[in-house]
Amino acid sequence: MYQIKLDAPDDFEGWRAAARRLARADVPPERIIWSVETAGSGSADDLFAEAFSGAGRPDMDGSESADAAPFAISRAFLDLAQTALLHSDPARFALLYMLLLRTRRAPHALHDKADPLVRRVEALAQAVRRDKHKMRAFVRFREIGNGDDAERHFVAWFEPDHHIVRANAGFFVRRFPNMRWSILTPATSIHWADGILREGPGANRSDAPDGDPVEDLWKGYYSAIFNPARLKVGAMLSEMPKKYWRNLPEAALIPALIAGAQAREAAMIAAAPRKERLSQERMSR
Amino acid sequence: MAWLDTRQKLEILADAAKYDASCASSGTAKRQSTRGAKGGIGSTEGMGICHAYAPDGRCISLLKILLTNSCVFDCHYCINRKSSNVRRARFSVEEVVDLTLAFCRRNYIEGLFLSSGIIRSPDYTMERLVAVARSLREDHGFRGYIHLKTIPDADPDLIREAGLHADRISINVELPTQAGLTRLAPEKSSARIEGAMGRMQAEMIDSADARKRYRKAPRFAPGGQSTQMIVGADAANDRTIIDRASSLYGRFGLRRVYYSAFSPIPAASAVLPLSRPPLIREHRLYQSDWLMRFYGFSAQDVGNATDADTGNLPLDIDPKLAWALKHRDSFPVDVNRAPRTMLLRVPGLGVKAVNAILHSRRWRSLRLEDVGRLTTSVAKVRPFLIAADWRPVALADRADLRPRVTPPPRQLDLFGA
Repeated sequence: MYQIKLDAPDDFEGWRAAARRLARADVPPERIIWSVETAGSGSADDLFAEAFSGAGRPDMDGSESADAAPFAISRAFLDLAQTALLHSDPARFALLYMLLLRTRRAPHALHDKADPLVRRVEALAQAVRRDKHKMRAFVRFREIGNGDDAERHFVAWFEPDHHIVRANAGFFVRRFPNMRWSILTPATSIHWADGILREGPGANRSDAPDGDPVEDLWKGYYSAIFNPARLKVGAMLSEMPKKYWRNLPEAALIPALIAGAQAREAAMIAAAPRKERLSQERMSR
Repeated sequence: MAWLDTRQKLEILADAAKYDASCASSGTAKRQSTRGAKGGIGSTEGMGICHAYAPDGRCISLLKILLTNSCVFDCHYCINRKSSNVRRARFSVEEVVDLTLAFCRRNYIEGLFLSSGIIRSPDYTMERLVAVARSLREDHGFRGYIHLKTIPDADPDLIREAGLHADRISINVELPTQAGLTRLAPEKSSARIEGAMGRMQAEMIDSADARKRYRKAPRFAPGGQSTQMIVGADAANDRTIIDRASSLYGRFGLRRVYYSAFSPIPAASAVLPLSRPPLIREHRLYQSDWLMRFYGFSAQDVGNATDADTGNLPLDIDPKLAWALKHRDSFPVDVNRAPRTMLLRVPGLGVKAVNAILHSRRWRSLRLEDVGRLTTSVAKVRPFLIAADWRPVALADRADLRPRVTPPPRQLDLFGA
């Protein structure tokens, strides 16, 4: 058995380098144990595994030896792998390695969208893309500071499903380059200030501010833009599942808006003057 | 009028804006902010983002408000008409700018969708709308999304400036027929609305043309123009609505036609129906819109799916299935041989599934279970498909096909509509 330890759960470059060496040496997937280096790990190591460094084998030391066969992998595979690797499923490294071996034998393998392995990896990538998109949508910054422009700092707390935070940082930089902001998550945190993006350790919800004066306006807007005459709770839930609600200030209003909706619509109809009801009857004839 | 604070005004002016269905923030030019004093805030990256969903299932992507809900017009379907007794409010240009920026900084929104009741004159109102967009873009380097409602009778120079600041501009045709408009919106005319749409299209074509020669030529509304029709406030049937939408797409190159099922409004006018049309009718119209935009259906194809007597689409099945049931001789379709256009006609096969089938079948012959992995419901597509190991047993000729493929009536969730 070979043991491959990656530096981080989203260590694509590490996976890529290891997978390249393993694939060159034709190591079958079932002989590899993939894991992620964590502080203080070691006890969980497989006792029968050996570290796969490739030391002493010229084709495995990471450098391209002159007689090595060219190792060409399609852009499509790399794009897919780079996304799918951010999934929280521990099997992702092995699945991607299996798919890598297959695309080496059959370059068109990725085109067979009905193939179960391709399907499974595509599903991982799809879940990651959705999680990234939801983070862009549902991060809510809260301002701390004393109103002095130089002191303004916007802080958000977010709980992603997958290892997307680093990969998503660029979006927030492109959108808010002139703000000082931090996004705190359980596994990692990112901070932007003075044109520099820094990473920090995971945080707790209590590390983030618990309110912002503009939130009241936002909640007022959320209630007012809702049309009680067309309640569609299922449609809301499919795009904004309850797991996100606890970090969305406006979500606290939802139960009352739903409960009040039918009463409000009935009141509008009841309030219509009697003359209108007559004209309604005329129209329907 | 008593003095209103920002929150009260926001609630009145958002409440007044919510009958506009569009909240799209997608499909415009890519923009990002940069570091520095003039670097700005906000970005658009192609895909729109819905920052929240209201319990009506609608996406909240933009701050959608009116500048004022006072109006000199008296359109019967509109909550803001002159004769309605709703509370009135008015935002200043600065208030809207500040609110947009405050919401944007907190990542609540992609940008602004600004409309207005007509006060004083069309030009005066349009000038205020343009002033908001100009201030956001020029004073604050705002790079987010802006959708401006334009007023058909406003000075073309103002409309031109609106298009230079906005990603999308729109004018609502409101009702599918001139007769409906005459009855329910006496001050509006479809000729003037269409004249303005035509001028905006010409601006877009000119801008695209200029950009071929000068890369820095200004863009005019890179997100295109859209419109909205109210469904169920007049007697127009689905076939009329679809024909009208198709002609608007064709003549003005519209990016989107939105449908808004008429919903009861507070202080309704006497000439309106009291009850709403089923929301499912609006949904069926959107489905037919998708068939025309992405599935290669013509307006006539969709028209064939409507009921011969009423001219309306069936409510219990979707328009694609309705078309298939009326054209059984076109099925079954061989999943391993049929051209793309025919695969797109199969009920239950979406554009993504069809593309995946076309990719996959270049390498091997597809079986039913392969198709099952590419669609959500193999049961729905099965009667209409031939696969390597599957041939429907003359199912398409069966008299009882419709009940077999019609989804069972579903107990909607308690609050569903």
